[in-house]
Amino acid sequence: MNQEKILELDFKDSRDSYLLDRREFLKVAGGGIFILFSMWDVSVFAQERQSRGRQGLPTDFNAFLKIGEDGRITLFTGKIEMGQGVITSLAQELADELDVSLDSVGMVMGDTDLCPYDMGTFGSMSTRFFGPPLRAAGAEAKRVLLELASERLNVPVKNLVVENGIVIDAKNKRDKVSYAQLAKGKKIAKHISSTVPVKRPSEFKIIGKPENRRDAVEKVTGKAKYSGDIQLAGMLYAKILRPPAHGAKLVDVDLSEARKIKDVEIIHEGELVAVLHKYPDIAETALQKIKAKYDLPKTNIDDKNIFQHLLDSKPKGEVVEKEGDVKSGEKESENIIEQTYYDGYKAHAPIEPHTAVVKIEDGKATVWASTQTPFGAKEEVAKELNIPAKNVRVIPPFLGGGFGGKSRNVQILEAARLAKLSGKPVQVAWSREEEFFLDSFRPAAIVKIKSGITKKGKINLWDYSVYFAGERGSLVFYNIPNFRTTVYGSGGRGIASAHPFATGPWRAPGNNTNTFARESQIDIMAEKAGMDPFEFRMQNLTDKKMRNVLQRAAEKFGWKHAKASSGRGYGIACGIDAGTSVAAIAEVDVNKKTGHVQVKRVVCAQDMGLAVNPEGATIQMEGCITMGMGYALKEDIHFRNGEINDLNFDTYEIPRFSWLPKIETIIIDNKEADPQGGGEPAIVVMGAVIANAIYDAVGARLFQMPMTPERILEALKKG
Amino acid sequence: MIENVQFKLNGKAIKITIDSDRMLLWVLRTDFGLTGTKYGCGEGICGACTVLVNNEAVRSCQTSIKEIKDKDVVTIEGLVKDGKLHPLQKAFAEHDALQCGYCTPGMIMTAASFLKKNPKPTRKDVIEGMDDNLCRCGAYNRIIQAVQSAAKKMNGGN
Ligand code: FES
Ligand code: FES
Repeated sequence: MNQEKILELDFKDSRDSYLLDRREFLKVAGGGIFILFSMWDVSVFAQERQSRGRQGLPTDFNAFLKIGEDGRITLFTGKIEMGQGVITSLAQELADELDVSLDSVGMVMGDTDLCPYDMGTFGSMSTRFFGPPLRAAGAEAKRVLLELASERLNVPVKNLVVENGIVIDAKNKRDKVSYAQLAKGKKIAKHISSTVPVKRPSEFKIIGKPENRRDAVEKVTGKAKYSGDIQLAGMLYAKILRPPAHGAKLVDVDLSEARKIKDVEIIHEGELVAVLHKYPDIAETALQKIKAKYDLPKTNIDDKNIFQHLLDSKPKGEVVEKEGDVKSGEKESENIIEQTYYDGYKAHAPIEPHTAVVKIEDGKATVWASTQTPFGAKEEVAKELNIPAKNVRVIPPFLGGGFGGKSRNVQILEAARLAKLSGKPVQVAWSREEEFFLDSFRPAAIVKIKSGITKKGKINLWDYSVYFAGERGSLVFYNIPNFRTTVYGSGGRGIASAHPFATGPWRAPGNNTNTFARESQIDIMAEKAGMDPFEFRMQNLTDKKMRNVLQRAAEKFGWKHAKASSGRGYGIACGIDAGTSVAAIAEVDVNKKTGHVQVKRVVCAQDMGLAVNPEGATIQMEGCITMGMGYALKEDIHFRNGEINDLNFDTYEIPRFSWLPKIETIIIDNKEADPQGGGEPAIVVMGAVIANAIYDAVGARLFQMPMTPERILEALKKG
Repeated sequence: MIENVQFKLNGKAIKITIDSDRMLLWVLRTDFGLTGTKYGCGEGICGACTVLVNNEAVRSCQTSIKEIKDKDVVTIEGLVKDGKLHPLQKAFAEHDALQCGYCTPGMIMTAASFLKKNPKPTRKDVIEGMDDNLCRCGAYNRIIQAVQSAAKKMNGGN
C-alpha cells in the first residue's frame, strides 16, 4: 500500500513553497477568498509572535480560512486533533458563521507548511482563545461574500440571505449565487485583527448543537492514519538501546550478535546505539541481542523519600496571591488545621506511544509525528539537522492521545538524527517500556495548608504553599478574608536537580494536585465546624458560577445533608480550570478488608460559558472523570536509583471498564458567555471528590495520592 | 523458522514464505500494510492489537504466524462488507464511542467476537467481556452503549 498517496489526498493543498510572508503566501495559496486572523488574547499571542519572528514566518496572523473557487471552506490551523474533538467544534463555529453545512468545511491541521505558526495544542486554549477570532473570521468572510453577491445580483446586502452557502435575494428567491461562483477567479485576502460582529446565540444554527465526531468513520474503519501508520518507500524502523536507569552511563557495548541478523543496520555514534531494519519486530529482535554495560547511578532517591528530597531542593517561593493578614487570621480563628498533602509521579500513558517518521531529501526534512507542538518540533529538527527551519515540514497525523505528554519531541529528534545518519527514511516508534521510561511525568508534589475557621464556620485563614505542582488551580475562590498562596517551583520541568527524570504538563497541569489538597482541607474544616460539606462550601462561597454548579450537582445527585463521616460514601469537590467552574459529587464503596474502592456514581456539573459542541464537551467530561479515577486511586510511578519500575500496564494500572461508575454530567446553559476550556476541567476534582467520599464511607482520611488499598488500610488503622 | 504459510486474511487466501516466529501484529502492519491494527503494549495487556482468528478475539502482538496457519484472520479493515460499515463500526461512530480512536479497532474486534458468544449482553456482561481492553481517553461508557446498541441491530431490532 502506498501511504504517501493517501497523505496526498488528505493534504491536497500541499506545495513546495513556504509561508514566508503574506505576499508570498498569497502567491502560492491558489485562488479564492482568504481571511487571515490571529488570536486576540495578547498575553497568549505575544509569546507566539516572538517564536514566529524567529522562524521567519508571518507575524500578523496565525490561522486563515479559505473559500476556494469550488466553494469549499478550508480552515488552516496549527492546532492538532488528539481526541479532544476540535476537528469538530472549530468546524462548527466556522460553518455557523458562514451559513454553510458542516460537511462543506474542511480542516488542515498542524501542517507546518500549510498552516501559520501556532504555539501548540494544550492548556484548553483552542476553543477559548482561538474560537472567538475564528468566528469573527467566518463572519468577515460572509460579509465579503455578501458584498460580492450584492454587486453580482444587483441587490442591496440587506435584502440578501444565505442558505447553505447560497446567497439568495430574499425578495426574489430565484435570484441567487453560490459561494463557489462568487469565489471563482477571485484572489481576495482580508486580515482581521479586531472584533467583527458575530452571530448572537439566538441566531446559532450549528454552534451549541451536539454533533458527532467528524473523524469517527475513519477511526472505526482503521483508515485513520497515526504516525506509526506512515510507511514510506525504503523506510527503516529503528530501535534504540536504552539505559536501564536514568543517569546511567554506557561503558561498553557488544554489537556482534546483533550484526548477525540479516539486513540489519547498526548505528553507533557516541551514546546513541540503534538497530534499523525494514521490519520493526526484527529490529527489536536485533536490539535484544546487544550486550551493553552501564555505570549505574547511586542516587538513593526512590518514590518514598522523594518528597523529602523535593522539599530539601525547593526553589525560592513566590507569593502569587495575598489578601488581609494571615497572622491576624490565625489569631482570630477558633480552629486551626494544618495538613500536608502528597502526590506521586504519574505517566501520561497514551495508548499510542511517541512515534515519528523522518525523511530527508535534498536538504529538506519531512516529519510525520505524534506531537502537540508541531511548530516547536520544526525548530528543534532544524537545529538537530543543522538546516534552516524553512526546510523542515512537520505533518502531524492523528494523535493517539496526548494529555500534555506529547509536547516534548524527543522521539522526533531521534528519528531525525537516525534518518540523517542512515540516509534513509526512519520511523522511531517507542515501545510501551520506552514510553514509560522516557515520559515526562506529572511531577510529584507537596501541598502544605494552614487554615482556620471562626466559631460560625467561616473560613478566616488560608495559608497555602505548593511545592513543584505549580500555580494552576492554587488560587482561592472561597471567600476568605486572610489568605496567602505561595508557589515553590513551577509545575513544568521543575528545577534541574530536583526531579530524577523529566517532568512536564499532564492534563490540567498542577490543578489535580492543588484541587486534591484544597478540597480535602475544606472537608476537614467542614467537619471541624460541625457542618455538612455542601453547606460549609455554600456558606463560604459567593462566586456565582461556582455556587450554581455546586447547587446543580447537588440537586441532580439528591444530596441530603449529613456530617462526614456518615457511612454513605458521598464526597464533594469543586474546582476551576481553564476558566471553567466545575463541581462533582461522588458515591464510593470501600471494602474495609481489602481497601479496595469502587466509585459507584459521579455527578459533575460544569459552567464552561458557551459550549460550542455540547456532545463533544460531554465526552470530554466523561473522559476526564474516567481518567481522573486513575490518578486518584492507582497511578503512581515507582522508581529507585533512576530505574523506573513500572514499565507496562500490568503494574501501572489505568482505569478500565470494570472501574466505571454511573456518570451523569451537566453543562450549564450559558451561551452568552465566552467559551472556556473543556478538555481538562472535570479531571481536577477527581482526587478530592474520591478522598472525601472515602472519608465519608469509612472515616479514613487520605493525604496522599494515589489512594491505594494499602494506604486506605493504613489510614483505617490510624482511624 | 522460514516456511510457507497459508491462511485467510479478510476473506482472501494468502500464501507466503515467511519467518513463522514473527508476530502477527507486525506482519499485518508492515507486510500487508494493514495499519488499522495497533500496537499499545506488546504484552497482551491493552488489547489495541486485537484481531479475529477463526472468530475468536486474539492479541496479535502475542500470536505468531505459526499459530494462524490455515486459519481465518479478520482485521478491522475486513469488517467493512461491500462498502458498508459493520453494525459495531456504525454504532461506535453514532455513539461517539471514541476520542483519539487509537484503541478503537481493538475494541471493535473484541466486541465482534464477544457478541458472537453473547448476542444479547447486559451492561455488566459487556464490562466483563471487554475489561481487558484499555482506553486512556476514557470512552468506556460510550463503548458499552455502542456495543449494546450494535447487538440490538444485529439481532434484527432497531
Ligand atoms: S499491543 Fe497487543 S495487547 Fe497491547
Ligand atoms: S479513544 Fe483514545 S485510547 Fe480509547
